[in-house]
Amino acid sequence: MVAAMDGSAIAASGLRKAYKDKIVLDGIDLHVRTGTIFALLGPNGAGKTTTVNVLTTLLTPDAGKVVVAGHDVATETKAVRAAIGVTGQFASVDDLLTGEENLLMMADLLHLPKAEGQQIADRLLDRFELVEAAGKLAASYSGGMRRKLDLAMTLVGEPQIIFLDEPTTGLDPRSRRTMWEIIQELVADGTTIFLTTQYLEEADQLADRIAVLDQGRLVAEGTAAELKRRVPGSHVRLRFADRYELDVAAQVLHEASRDDEELTLRVPGDGGVRSWRALLDRLDAHSIEVEELSVHTPDLDDVFLALTGHGNKEVSAR
Amino acid sequence: MSVISASVADSATMLRRNFRHTTRNPLALFNAIFMPIVLMFMFVYVLGDAFSVGTDYVDYATPGLIITTICYGISPTATAVNSDMTTGFINRLRVMHVSRAAVLNAHVIATTLRSLVAIAFIIGIAFLMGFRPSASFPEWLGVIGIVVLTVVAIGWLTVAFGLAAKTPQSAGFAAVPLMLLPYLSSAFVPADKMGPGVREFAEHQPFTSIIETLRGLLTGAPSAGPAITAIAWCAGLTLIGYLWARTTFTKRG
Repeated sequence: MVAAMDGSAIAASGLRKAYKDKIVLDGIDLHVRTGTIFALLGPNGAGKTTTVNVLTTLLTPDAGKVVVAGHDVATETKAVRAAIGVTGQFASVDDLLTGEENLLMMADLLHLPKAEGQQIADRLLDRFELVEAAGKLAASYSGGMRRKLDLAMTLVGEPQIIFLDEPTTGLDPRSRRTMWEIIQELVADGTTIFLTTQYLEEADQLADRIAVLDQGRLVAEGTAAELKRRVPGSHVRLRFADRYELDVAAQVLHEASRDDEELTLRVPGDGGVRSWRALLDRLDAHSIEVEELSVHTPDLDDVFLALTGHGNKEVSAR
Repeated sequence: MSVISASVADSATMLRRNFRHTTRNPLALFNAIFMPIVLMFMFVYVLGDAFSVGTDYVDYATPGLIITTICYGISPTATAVNSDMTTGFINRLRVMHVSRAAVLNAHVIATTLRSLVAIAFIIGIAFLMGFRPSASFPEWLGVIGIVVLTVVAIGWLTVAFGLAAKTPQSAGFAAVPLMLLPYLSSAFVPADKMGPGVREFAEHQPFTSIIETLRGLLTGAPSAGPAITAIAWCAGLTLIGYLWARTTFTKRG
Protein backbone atom coordinates (compact mmCIF):
# COMPACT_ATOMS: atom_id res chain seq x y z
CA MET A 1 0.00 0.00 0.00
CA VAL A 2 3.05 2.27 0.19
CA ALA A 3 2.73 3.10 -3.48
CA ALA A 4 -0.89 4.19 -3.09
CA MET A 5 -0.07 6.52 -0.20
CA ASP A 6 2.49 8.51 -2.10
CA GLY A 7 -0.20 9.31 -4.66
CA SER A 8 0.85 6.93 -7.40
CA ALA A 9 -1.76 5.00 -9.33
CA ILE A 10 0.69 2.92 -11.33
CA ALA A 11 4.27 2.08 -10.45
CA ALA A 12 6.23 -0.28 -12.63
CA SER A 13 9.92 -1.05 -12.57
CA GLY A 14 12.19 -3.11 -14.73
CA LEU A 15 9.50 -4.60 -16.98
CA ARG A 16 10.83 -7.07 -19.49
CA LYS A 17 9.01 -9.22 -21.96
CA ALA A 18 10.28 -11.24 -24.87
CA TYR A 19 8.57 -13.56 -27.30
CA LYS A 20 11.09 -16.20 -28.23
CA ASP A 21 14.10 -14.11 -29.22
CA LYS A 22 12.17 -10.94 -29.98
CA ILE A 23 12.47 -8.44 -27.13
CA VAL A 24 9.24 -6.45 -26.82
CA LEU A 25 9.81 -4.67 -23.51
CA ASP A 26 13.39 -3.97 -22.56
CA GLY A 27 13.38 -2.66 -19.00
CA ILE A 28 10.48 -0.24 -18.61
CA ASP A 29 9.96 1.96 -15.54
CA LEU A 30 6.72 3.88 -15.20
CA HIS A 31 5.22 6.08 -12.55
CA VAL A 32 1.73 7.54 -12.91
CA ARG A 33 0.27 9.87 -10.30
CA THR A 34 -3.32 9.47 -9.18
CA GLY A 35 -5.76 11.72 -10.99
CA THR A 36 -3.54 12.51 -13.95
CA ILE A 37 -3.41 11.56 -17.61
CA PHE A 38 -0.32 9.66 -18.65
CA ALA A 39 0.38 9.06 -22.31
CA LEU A 40 2.59 6.32 -23.63
CA LEU A 41 3.63 7.50 -27.04
CA GLY A 42 5.18 5.39 -29.72
CA PRO A 43 4.90 4.06 -33.25
CA ASN A 44 3.28 0.76 -34.18
CA GLY A 45 5.24 -2.15 -32.76
CA ALA A 46 6.96 -0.11 -30.06
CA GLY A 47 5.45 -2.29 -27.32
CA LYS A 48 2.52 -0.10 -26.23
CA THR A 49 -0.13 -2.81 -26.20
CA THR A 50 2.23 -5.25 -24.49
CA THR A 51 2.82 -2.66 -21.77
CA VAL A 52 -0.93 -2.19 -21.31
CA ASN A 53 -1.44 -5.97 -21.17
CA VAL A 54 1.21 -6.29 -18.46
CA LEU A 55 -0.18 -3.41 -16.41
CA THR A 56 -3.73 -4.77 -16.66
CA THR A 57 -2.97 -8.34 -15.51
CA LEU A 58 -3.46 -9.83 -18.98
CA LEU A 59 0.17 -10.73 -19.49
CA THR A 60 2.86 -11.83 -17.06
CA PRO A 61 6.17 -10.06 -17.65
CA ASP A 62 9.42 -12.03 -17.76
CA ALA A 63 10.82 -9.67 -15.15
CA GLY A 64 9.83 -6.57 -13.24
CA LYS A 65 7.34 -5.47 -10.64
CA VAL A 66 4.03 -3.70 -11.18
CA VAL A 67 1.91 -2.05 -8.52
CA VAL A 68 -1.48 -0.76 -9.68
CA ALA A 69 -3.86 1.03 -7.30
CA GLY A 70 -1.61 -0.07 -4.45
CA HIS A 71 -1.79 -3.76 -5.32
CA ASP A 72 0.83 -6.02 -6.77
CA VAL A 73 -0.33 -7.18 -10.19
CA ALA A 74 1.32 -10.58 -9.79
CA THR A 75 -0.06 -11.51 -6.37
CA GLU A 76 -3.19 -9.38 -5.89
CA THR A 77 -4.65 -9.77 -9.35
CA LYS A 78 -8.23 -9.67 -8.17
CA ALA A 79 -7.81 -6.41 -6.25
CA VAL A 80 -6.08 -4.83 -9.25
CA ARG A 81 -8.89 -5.93 -11.56
CA ALA A 82 -11.48 -4.46 -9.23
CA ALA A 83 -9.78 -1.07 -9.49
CA ILE A 84 -9.14 -0.84 -13.21
CA GLY A 85 -11.05 -0.60 -16.45
CA VAL A 86 -9.55 -1.38 -19.83
CA THR A 87 -10.63 -0.31 -23.27
CA GLY A 88 -8.66 -2.21 -25.85
CA GLN A 89 -7.34 -1.15 -29.19
CA PHE A 90 -10.40 -2.41 -31.04
CA ALA A 91 -13.83 -1.51 -29.75
CA SER A 92 -14.84 -4.76 -28.12
CA VAL A 93 -18.57 -4.21 -28.11
CA ASP A 94 -20.97 -7.00 -28.88
CA ASP A 95 -22.32 -6.26 -32.36
CA LEU A 96 -25.42 -8.38 -31.99
CA LEU A 97 -26.53 -6.68 -28.79
CA THR A 98 -27.97 -3.19 -28.55
CA GLY A 99 -26.00 -0.42 -26.85
CA GLU A 100 -28.16 -0.72 -23.77
CA GLU A 101 -27.85 -4.52 -23.67
CA ASN A 102 -24.08 -4.23 -23.88
CA LEU A 103 -24.05 -1.99 -20.82
CA LEU A 104 -26.51 -4.17 -18.89
CA MET A 105 -24.38 -7.22 -19.67
CA MET A 106 -21.42 -5.49 -18.02
CA ALA A 107 -23.58 -4.67 -14.99
CA ASP A 108 -24.64 -8.33 -14.77
CA LEU A 109 -21.05 -9.51 -14.97
CA LEU A 110 -20.19 -7.15 -12.12
CA HIS A 111 -23.09 -8.74 -10.18
CA LEU A 112 -24.81 -5.41 -9.65
CA PRO A 113 -28.47 -5.49 -8.61
CA LYS A 114 -30.79 -5.15 -11.64
CA ALA A 115 -32.14 -1.72 -10.71
CA GLU A 116 -28.68 -0.31 -10.07
CA GLY A 117 -27.39 -1.75 -13.36
CA GLN A 118 -30.24 -0.12 -15.25
CA GLN A 119 -29.59 3.22 -13.54
CA ILE A 120 -25.91 3.13 -14.43
CA ALA A 121 -26.67 2.11 -18.02
CA ASP A 122 -29.20 4.95 -18.41
CA ARG A 123 -26.77 7.46 -16.96
CA LEU A 124 -23.93 6.36 -19.25
CA LEU A 125 -26.14 6.34 -22.35
CA ASP A 126 -27.17 9.87 -21.50
CA ARG A 127 -23.64 11.04 -20.78
CA PHE A 128 -22.25 9.62 -24.02
CA GLU A 129 -25.20 10.86 -26.11
CA LEU A 130 -26.22 7.34 -27.02
CA VAL A 131 -29.81 7.52 -25.77
CA GLU A 132 -31.29 7.54 -29.27
CA ALA A 133 -29.11 4.63 -30.36
CA ALA A 134 -29.61 2.68 -27.12
CA GLY A 135 -32.11 0.28 -28.66
CA LYS A 136 -30.18 -0.29 -31.90
CA LEU A 137 -27.71 -3.10 -32.49
CA ALA A 138 -24.10 -2.03 -31.98
CA ALA A 139 -23.37 -3.38 -35.47
CA SER A 140 -25.17 -0.32 -36.87
CA TYR A 141 -23.05 2.18 -34.89
CA SER A 142 -20.45 4.47 -36.43
CA GLY A 143 -16.81 4.14 -35.41
CA GLY A 144 -17.10 7.02 -32.98
CA MET A 145 -20.26 5.63 -31.39
CA ARG A 146 -18.63 2.21 -30.97
CA ARG A 147 -15.66 3.75 -29.18
CA LYS A 148 -18.00 5.68 -26.93
CA LEU A 149 -20.01 2.57 -26.13
CA ASP A 150 -16.79 0.66 -25.54
CA LEU A 151 -15.62 3.26 -23.04
CA ALA A 152 -19.07 3.41 -21.42
CA MET A 153 -18.89 -0.38 -20.92
CA THR A 154 -15.56 0.08 -19.17
CA LEU A 155 -17.09 2.76 -16.93
CA VAL A 156 -19.94 0.56 -15.67
CA GLY A 157 -17.59 -0.76 -13.00
CA GLU A 158 -16.59 2.79 -11.96
CA PRO A 159 -12.87 2.08 -12.17
CA GLN A 160 -10.28 4.29 -10.42
CA ILE A 161 -7.76 3.77 -13.18
CA ILE A 162 -8.66 3.52 -16.84
CA PHE A 163 -6.38 2.13 -19.53
CA LEU A 164 -7.11 3.28 -23.06
CA ASP A 165 -5.15 1.58 -25.78
CA GLU A 166 -5.11 3.93 -28.78
CA PRO A 167 -8.55 5.35 -28.00
CA THR A 168 -8.82 7.48 -31.14
CA THR A 169 -7.05 5.44 -33.79
CA GLY A 170 -9.23 5.33 -36.89
CA LEU A 171 -11.64 8.03 -35.71
CA ASP A 172 -12.54 11.09 -37.75
CA PRO A 173 -11.37 14.44 -36.34
CA ARG A 174 -14.74 15.29 -34.82
CA SER A 175 -15.10 11.98 -32.99
CA ARG A 176 -11.51 12.36 -31.83
CA ARG A 177 -12.36 15.75 -30.28
CA THR A 178 -15.39 14.24 -28.55
CA MET A 179 -13.25 11.44 -27.19
CA TRP A 180 -10.69 13.92 -25.89
CA GLU A 181 -13.40 15.87 -24.11
CA ILE A 182 -14.70 12.69 -22.50
CA ILE A 183 -11.21 11.72 -21.34
CA GLN A 184 -10.67 15.16 -19.84
CA GLU A 185 -13.99 14.95 -17.99
CA LEU A 186 -13.01 11.60 -16.53
CA VAL A 187 -9.84 13.02 -15.10
CA ALA A 188 -11.71 15.99 -13.71
CA ASP A 189 -13.71 13.44 -11.70
CA GLY A 190 -10.51 12.12 -10.14
CA THR A 191 -9.95 9.11 -12.36
CA THR A 192 -6.43 8.24 -13.46
CA ILE A 193 -5.96 7.67 -17.17
CA PHE A 194 -3.21 5.71 -18.84
CA LEU A 195 -3.44 6.01 -22.57
CA THR A 196 -1.34 4.89 -25.47
CA THR A 197 -1.21 6.76 -28.71
CA GLN A 198 0.79 7.13 -31.87
CA TYR A 199 -0.44 10.70 -32.27
CA LEU A 200 1.85 13.33 -30.83
CA GLU A 201 -0.93 15.86 -30.99
CA GLU A 202 -3.08 13.67 -28.78
CA ALA A 203 -0.40 13.27 -26.14
CA ASP A 204 0.30 16.99 -26.32
CA GLN A 205 -3.38 17.88 -25.90
CA LEU A 206 -4.30 15.46 -23.15
CA ALA A 207 -1.41 14.23 -21.11
CA ASP A 208 0.05 15.63 -17.92
CA ARG A 209 3.08 13.47 -18.54
CA ILE A 210 4.31 11.70 -21.65
CA ALA A 211 6.64 8.77 -21.98
CA VAL A 212 8.10 8.01 -25.39
CA LEU A 213 8.40 4.31 -26.12
CA ASP A 214 10.61 3.12 -28.94
CA GLN A 215 11.52 -0.51 -29.63
CA GLY A 216 10.70 -1.61 -26.11
CA ARG A 217 12.58 1.17 -24.32
CA LEU A 218 11.50 4.47 -22.84
CA VAL A 219 13.59 7.05 -24.62
CA ALA A 220 12.17 10.07 -22.78
CA GLU A 221 9.67 11.03 -20.13
CA GLY A 222 8.28 14.34 -18.96
CA THR A 223 5.64 16.98 -19.63
CA ALA A 224 5.08 18.03 -23.22
CA ALA A 225 6.94 21.29 -22.51
CA GLU A 226 9.88 19.46 -20.95
CA LEU A 227 10.17 17.15 -23.89
CA LYS A 228 10.06 20.00 -26.36
CA ARG A 229 12.78 21.81 -24.45
CA ARG A 230 15.06 18.80 -24.81
CA VAL A 231 15.21 19.31 -28.52
CA PRO A 232 17.32 22.16 -29.90
CA GLY A 233 15.05 22.52 -32.85
CA SER A 234 14.19 26.25 -32.69
CA HIS A 235 15.18 28.09 -35.82
CA VAL A 236 14.34 31.08 -37.95
CA ARG A 237 13.68 30.59 -41.62
CA LEU A 238 14.64 33.50 -43.85
CA ARG A 239 13.59 33.75 -47.46
CA PHE A 240 15.30 36.03 -49.96
CA ALA A 241 14.26 37.68 -53.20
CA ASP A 242 17.13 36.35 -55.31
CA ARG A 243 20.30 34.34 -55.36
CA TYR A 244 22.51 37.39 -54.79
CA GLU A 245 20.81 38.31 -51.51
CA LEU A 246 21.00 34.71 -50.43
CA ASP A 247 24.75 34.56 -51.11
CA VAL A 248 25.42 37.74 -49.15
CA ALA A 249 23.29 36.58 -46.22
CA ALA A 250 24.94 33.17 -46.20
CA GLN A 251 28.36 34.82 -45.90
CA VAL A 252 27.21 36.88 -42.94
CA LEU A 253 25.26 34.12 -41.19
CA HIS A 254 27.76 31.30 -41.58
CA GLU A 255 26.05 29.17 -38.90
CA ALA A 256 22.96 28.92 -41.12
CA SER A 257 22.15 26.11 -43.51
CA ARG A 258 21.04 27.18 -46.97
CA ASP A 259 18.56 25.86 -49.46
CA ASP A 260 19.31 27.16 -52.96
CA GLU A 261 16.07 25.89 -54.49
CA GLU A 262 13.87 27.68 -51.99
CA LEU A 263 16.23 30.65 -51.58
CA THR A 264 16.07 30.19 -47.83
CA LEU A 265 18.44 30.14 -44.87
CA ARG A 266 17.69 28.20 -41.74
CA VAL A 267 19.29 29.86 -38.72
CA PRO A 268 19.35 27.89 -35.47
CA GLY A 269 18.75 29.67 -32.18
CA ASP A 270 17.96 29.00 -28.56
CA GLY A 271 14.33 30.01 -28.95
CA GLY A 272 14.69 33.22 -26.93
CA VAL A 273 13.61 36.66 -28.22
CA ARG A 274 17.06 38.10 -27.47
CA SER A 275 18.80 35.81 -29.94
CA TRP A 276 16.32 36.63 -32.69
CA ARG A 277 16.81 40.35 -32.10
CA ALA A 278 20.59 39.91 -32.41
CA LEU A 279 20.03 38.11 -35.68
CA LEU A 280 17.90 40.93 -37.07
CA ASP A 281 20.53 43.46 -35.99
CA ARG A 282 23.19 41.58 -37.94
CA LEU A 283 21.00 41.53 -41.05
CA ASP A 284 20.39 45.28 -40.68
CA ALA A 285 24.08 46.06 -40.24
CA HIS A 286 24.79 44.45 -43.63
CA SER A 287 21.68 45.95 -45.26
CA ILE A 288 20.37 42.54 -46.26
CA GLU A 289 16.78 42.54 -47.50
CA VAL A 290 14.68 39.65 -46.21
CA GLU A 291 11.53 38.72 -48.14
CA GLU A 292 9.98 36.58 -45.47
CA LEU A 293 10.82 35.51 -41.94
CA SER A 294 9.25 32.73 -39.89
CA VAL A 295 10.10 31.36 -36.46
CA HIS A 296 9.85 27.60 -35.84
CA THR A 297 9.63 26.19 -32.34
CA PRO A 298 9.90 22.41 -32.09
CA ASP A 299 6.74 20.38 -31.87
CA LEU A 300 6.49 16.85 -30.59
CA ASP A 301 7.22 15.54 -34.07
CA ASP A 302 10.69 17.08 -33.83
CA VAL A 303 11.01 15.63 -30.35
CA PHE A 304 10.16 12.19 -31.56
CA LEU A 305 12.59 12.42 -34.43
CA ALA A 306 15.36 13.70 -32.19
CA LEU A 307 14.78 11.09 -29.49
CA THR A 308 14.42 8.02 -31.62
CA GLY A 309 16.61 8.94 -34.55
CA HIS A 310 13.81 7.98 -36.90
CA GLY A 311 10.54 9.57 -37.78
CA ASN A 312 7.16 8.48 -36.64
CA LYS A 313 5.67 7.63 -40.03
CA GLU A 314 2.08 7.50 -38.87
CA VAL A 315 2.46 10.86 -37.23
CA SER A 316 4.18 12.77 -39.96
CA ALA A 317 1.58 11.48 -42.41
CA ARG A 318 -1.13 13.29 -40.52
CA MET B 1 -21.08 -14.15 -3.61
CA SER B 2 -19.40 -17.53 -3.56
CA VAL B 3 -17.15 -18.59 -6.39
CA ILE B 4 -19.62 -21.19 -7.63
CA SER B 5 -22.71 -18.98 -7.57
CA ALA B 6 -20.71 -16.20 -9.26
CA SER B 7 -19.68 -18.67 -11.93
CA VAL B 8 -23.28 -19.82 -12.44
CA ALA B 9 -24.49 -16.22 -12.61
CA ASP B 10 -21.78 -15.31 -15.13
CA SER B 11 -22.57 -18.37 -17.25
CA ALA B 12 -26.25 -17.38 -17.23
CA THR B 13 -25.38 -13.84 -18.33
CA MET B 14 -23.23 -15.19 -21.15
CA LEU B 15 -25.87 -17.71 -22.14
CA ARG B 16 -28.46 -14.92 -22.41
CA ARG B 17 -26.04 -13.20 -24.76
CA ASN B 18 -25.68 -16.34 -26.88
CA PHE B 19 -29.46 -16.73 -27.14
CA ARG B 20 -29.78 -13.14 -28.31
CA HIS B 21 -27.13 -13.86 -30.91
CA THR B 22 -29.14 -16.83 -32.16
CA THR B 23 -32.37 -14.86 -32.42
CA ARG B 24 -30.61 -11.97 -34.17
CA ASN B 25 -28.65 -14.14 -36.53
CA PRO B 26 -31.29 -16.76 -37.36
CA LEU B 27 -29.25 -17.86 -40.38
CA ALA B 28 -27.02 -19.96 -38.12
CA LEU B 29 -29.99 -21.91 -36.81
CA PHE B 30 -31.58 -22.09 -40.26
CA ASN B 31 -28.38 -23.54 -41.75
CA ALA B 32 -28.10 -26.01 -38.91
CA ILE B 33 -31.60 -27.28 -39.72
CA PHE B 34 -31.78 -26.84 -43.46
CA MET B 35 -28.58 -28.57 -44.62
CA PRO B 36 -29.26 -31.86 -42.78
CA ILE B 37 -32.79 -31.89 -44.21
CA VAL B 38 -31.35 -31.56 -47.71
CA LEU B 39 -28.98 -34.43 -46.94
CA MET B 40 -31.85 -36.48 -45.64
CA PHE B 41 -33.74 -36.09 -48.91
CA MET B 42 -30.60 -36.82 -50.90
CA PHE B 43 -29.77 -40.00 -49.06
CA VAL B 44 -33.21 -41.38 -48.35
CA TYR B 45 -35.09 -40.44 -51.55
CA VAL B 46 -32.35 -40.18 -54.14
CA LEU B 47 -29.67 -42.66 -53.17
CA GLY B 48 -31.18 -44.82 -50.45
CA ASP B 49 -32.83 -47.45 -52.59
CA ALA B 50 -29.51 -48.26 -54.23
CA PHE B 51 -27.93 -49.20 -50.89
CA SER B 52 -28.79 -52.58 -49.45
CA VAL B 53 -28.48 -52.26 -45.71
CA GLY B 54 -30.85 -55.00 -44.66
CA THR B 55 -33.60 -52.68 -43.35
CA ASP B 56 -35.69 -49.76 -44.50
CA TYR B 57 -33.07 -47.16 -45.52
CA VAL B 58 -34.69 -44.32 -43.54
CA ASP B 59 -34.42 -46.45 -40.39
CA TYR B 60 -30.77 -47.12 -41.19
CA ALA B 61 -29.81 -43.56 -42.07
CA THR B 62 -31.60 -41.57 -39.35
CA PRO B 63 -29.03 -42.23 -36.57
CA GLY B 64 -26.28 -41.21 -39.00
CA LEU B 65 -28.19 -38.07 -39.94
CA ILE B 66 -28.58 -37.16 -36.28
CA ILE B 67 -24.79 -37.10 -35.92
CA THR B 68 -24.35 -35.37 -39.29
CA THR B 69 -26.75 -32.67 -38.06
CA ILE B 70 -24.46 -31.95 -35.13
CA CYS B 71 -21.46 -31.63 -37.46
CA TYR B 72 -23.22 -29.33 -39.90
CA GLY B 73 -24.40 -26.99 -37.14
CA ILE B 74 -21.05 -26.48 -35.46
CA SER B 75 -19.23 -23.94 -37.60
CA PRO B 76 -20.99 -20.81 -36.20
CA THR B 77 -19.70 -21.81 -32.77
CA ALA B 78 -16.07 -21.85 -33.90
CA THR B 79 -16.51 -18.51 -35.63
CA ALA B 80 -18.27 -16.93 -32.65
CA VAL B 81 -15.68 -18.13 -30.13
CA ASN B 82 -12.89 -16.90 -32.35
CA SER B 83 -14.40 -13.48 -32.82
CA ASP B 84 -14.82 -13.19 -29.04
CA MET B 85 -11.11 -13.87 -28.79
CA THR B 86 -9.90 -11.67 -31.64
CA THR B 87 -12.13 -8.65 -31.00
CA GLY B 88 -10.95 -8.33 -27.42
CA PHE B 89 -14.26 -9.37 -25.88
CA ILE B 90 -12.57 -12.15 -23.91
CA ASN B 91 -9.81 -9.77 -22.78
CA ARG B 92 -12.47 -7.43 -21.51
CA LEU B 93 -14.00 -10.25 -19.46
CA ARG B 94 -10.60 -11.34 -18.14
CA VAL B 95 -9.85 -7.90 -16.80
CA MET B 96 -13.26 -7.84 -15.12
CA HIS B 97 -12.46 -11.00 -13.24
CA VAL B 98 -15.45 -12.72 -14.75
CA SER B 99 -15.53 -16.44 -14.07
CA ARG B 100 -13.13 -17.83 -16.60
CA ALA B 101 -15.26 -20.69 -17.79
CA ALA B 102 -18.49 -18.66 -18.17
CA VAL B 103 -18.06 -17.49 -21.73
CA LEU B 104 -16.89 -20.90 -22.95
CA ASN B 105 -19.57 -22.78 -21.00
CA ALA B 106 -22.18 -20.55 -22.56
CA HIS B 107 -20.90 -21.30 -26.06
CA VAL B 108 -21.03 -25.06 -25.41
CA ILE B 109 -24.51 -24.92 -23.87
CA ALA B 110 -25.87 -22.72 -26.67
CA THR B 111 -24.34 -25.05 -29.26
CA THR B 112 -25.89 -28.06 -27.55
CA LEU B 113 -29.35 -26.50 -27.47
CA ARG B 114 -29.10 -25.35 -31.07
CA SER B 115 -28.10 -28.86 -32.13
CA LEU B 116 -30.94 -30.41 -30.15
CA VAL B 117 -33.46 -28.15 -31.88
CA ALA B 118 -32.03 -29.09 -35.28
CA ILE B 119 -32.03 -32.79 -34.36
CA ALA B 120 -35.67 -32.57 -33.25
CA PHE B 121 -36.46 -31.21 -36.73
CA ILE B 122 -34.52 -33.93 -38.49
CA ILE B 123 -36.22 -36.66 -36.46
CA GLY B 124 -39.59 -35.06 -37.24
CA ILE B 125 -38.82 -35.11 -40.97
CA ALA B 126 -37.59 -38.69 -40.63
CA PHE B 127 -40.96 -39.70 -39.22
CA LEU B 128 -42.69 -38.02 -42.15
CA MET B 129 -40.47 -40.04 -44.48
CA GLY B 130 -41.41 -43.32 -42.89
CA PHE B 131 -38.97 -43.63 -39.99
CA ARG B 132 -40.42 -46.19 -37.57
CA PRO B 133 -38.18 -46.63 -34.52
CA SER B 134 -39.09 -49.31 -32.01
CA ALA B 135 -37.34 -47.69 -29.05
CA SER B 136 -38.99 -47.77 -25.65
CA PHE B 137 -39.12 -44.70 -23.41
CA PRO B 138 -35.87 -45.53 -21.53
CA GLU B 139 -34.20 -46.23 -24.88
CA TRP B 140 -35.28 -42.79 -26.10
CA LEU B 141 -33.72 -41.34 -22.96
CA GLY B 142 -30.58 -43.27 -23.89
CA VAL B 143 -30.69 -41.71 -27.37
CA ILE B 144 -30.97 -38.23 -25.88
CA GLY B 145 -28.12 -39.01 -23.48
CA ILE B 146 -25.76 -40.18 -26.23
CA VAL B 147 -26.70 -37.23 -28.44
CA VAL B 148 -26.01 -34.74 -25.63
CA LEU B 149 -22.68 -36.39 -24.81
CA THR B 150 -21.70 -36.22 -28.48
CA VAL B 151 -22.66 -32.56 -28.90
CA VAL B 152 -20.82 -31.59 -25.73
CA ALA B 153 -17.69 -33.43 -26.89
CA ILE B 154 -17.79 -31.87 -30.37
CA GLY B 155 -18.76 -28.54 -28.80
CA TRP B 156 -15.68 -28.38 -26.57
CA LEU B 157 -13.39 -29.42 -29.41
CA THR B 158 -14.90 -26.73 -31.59
CA VAL B 159 -14.55 -24.10 -28.86
CA ALA B 160 -10.89 -25.05 -28.46
CA PHE B 161 -10.35 -24.85 -32.21
CA GLY B 162 -12.11 -21.48 -32.32
CA LEU B 163 -9.85 -20.14 -29.58
CA ALA B 164 -6.69 -21.43 -31.21
CA ALA B 165 -7.48 -20.22 -34.74
CA LYS B 166 -5.96 -16.95 -35.92
CA THR B 167 -9.05 -15.54 -37.65
CA PRO B 168 -12.82 -16.19 -37.58
CA GLN B 169 -12.59 -17.40 -41.20
CA SER B 170 -10.01 -20.06 -40.43
CA ALA B 171 -11.97 -21.01 -37.32
CA GLY B 172 -14.93 -21.72 -39.57
CA PHE B 173 -12.87 -24.44 -41.24
CA ALA B 174 -13.03 -26.41 -38.00
CA ALA B 175 -16.31 -27.77 -39.24
CA VAL B 176 -14.98 -29.07 -42.56
CA PRO B 177 -13.32 -32.29 -41.33
CA LEU B 178 -16.27 -32.78 -39.01
CA MET B 179 -18.66 -32.50 -41.95
CA LEU B 180 -16.68 -35.17 -43.82
CA LEU B 181 -16.25 -37.57 -40.94
CA PRO B 182 -19.81 -39.00 -40.97
CA TYR B 183 -19.29 -40.17 -44.57
CA LEU B 184 -16.32 -42.20 -43.40
CA SER B 185 -18.41 -43.90 -40.72
CA SER B 186 -21.36 -46.27 -40.73
CA ALA B 187 -23.72 -43.27 -41.00
CA PHE B 188 -24.93 -43.96 -44.55
CA VAL B 189 -23.51 -47.36 -45.52
CA PRO B 190 -22.17 -50.12 -43.28
CA ALA B 191 -18.44 -49.87 -42.72
CA ASP B 192 -17.80 -53.44 -43.86
CA LYS B 193 -18.87 -52.50 -47.38
CA MET B 194 -16.08 -49.93 -47.71
CA GLY B 195 -12.70 -50.40 -49.37
CA PRO B 196 -9.64 -51.53 -47.46
CA GLY B 197 -8.06 -48.82 -45.33
CA VAL B 198 -11.22 -46.75 -45.25
CA ARG B 199 -13.07 -49.69 -43.75
CA GLU B 200 -10.65 -49.99 -40.82
CA PHE B 201 -10.79 -46.25 -40.30
CA ALA B 202 -14.59 -46.26 -40.40
CA GLU B 203 -14.86 -49.18 -38.01
CA HIS B 204 -12.69 -47.52 -35.39
CA GLN B 205 -13.49 -43.83 -35.60
CA PRO B 206 -15.69 -42.42 -32.84
CA PHE B 207 -18.76 -41.68 -34.97
CA THR B 208 -19.28 -45.32 -35.90
CA SER B 209 -19.57 -46.50 -32.31
CA ILE B 210 -21.80 -43.53 -31.49
CA ILE B 211 -24.03 -44.15 -34.52
CA GLU B 212 -24.20 -47.91 -33.86
CA THR B 213 -25.23 -47.16 -30.28
CA LEU B 214 -28.01 -44.86 -31.48
CA ARG B 215 -29.07 -47.41 -34.09
CA GLY B 216 -29.27 -50.12 -31.44
CA LEU B 217 -31.30 -47.94 -29.11
CA LEU B 218 -33.69 -46.76 -31.84
CA THR B 219 -34.37 -50.29 -33.11
CA GLY B 220 -35.00 -51.45 -29.57
CA ALA B 221 -31.95 -53.69 -29.62
CA PRO B 222 -29.24 -51.84 -27.67
CA SER B 223 -25.93 -53.55 -27.17
CA ALA B 224 -23.42 -52.68 -24.48
CA GLY B 225 -20.26 -52.99 -26.59
CA PRO B 226 -20.60 -49.97 -28.90
CA ALA B 227 -22.32 -48.01 -26.12
CA ILE B 228 -19.30 -48.29 -23.83
CA THR B 229 -16.94 -47.40 -26.69
CA ALA B 230 -19.17 -44.44 -27.63
CA ILE B 231 -19.33 -43.10 -24.09
CA ALA B 232 -15.57 -43.52 -23.69
CA TRP B 233 -14.96 -41.62 -26.95
CA CYS B 234 -17.27 -38.79 -25.87
CA ALA B 235 -15.69 -38.53 -22.43
CA GLY B 236 -12.19 -38.59 -23.90
CA LEU B 237 -12.93 -36.01 -26.62
CA THR B 238 -14.69 -33.75 -24.12
CA LEU B 239 -11.67 -33.88 -21.84
CA ILE B 240 -9.25 -33.14 -24.67
CA GLY B 241 -11.42 -30.29 -25.98
CA TYR B 242 -11.91 -28.83 -22.51
CA LEU B 243 -8.22 -28.96 -21.57
CA TRP B 244 -7.15 -27.60 -24.95
CA ALA B 245 -9.68 -24.78 -24.67
CA ARG B 246 -8.62 -23.96 -21.14
CA THR B 247 -4.92 -23.79 -21.98
CA THR B 248 -5.51 -21.66 -25.06
CA PHE B 249 -7.87 -19.39 -23.14
CA THR B 250 -5.31 -18.84 -20.38
CA LYS B 251 -2.35 -18.50 -22.67
CA ARG B 252 -3.39 -15.98 -25.25
CA GLY B 253 -2.98 -12.34 -24.36
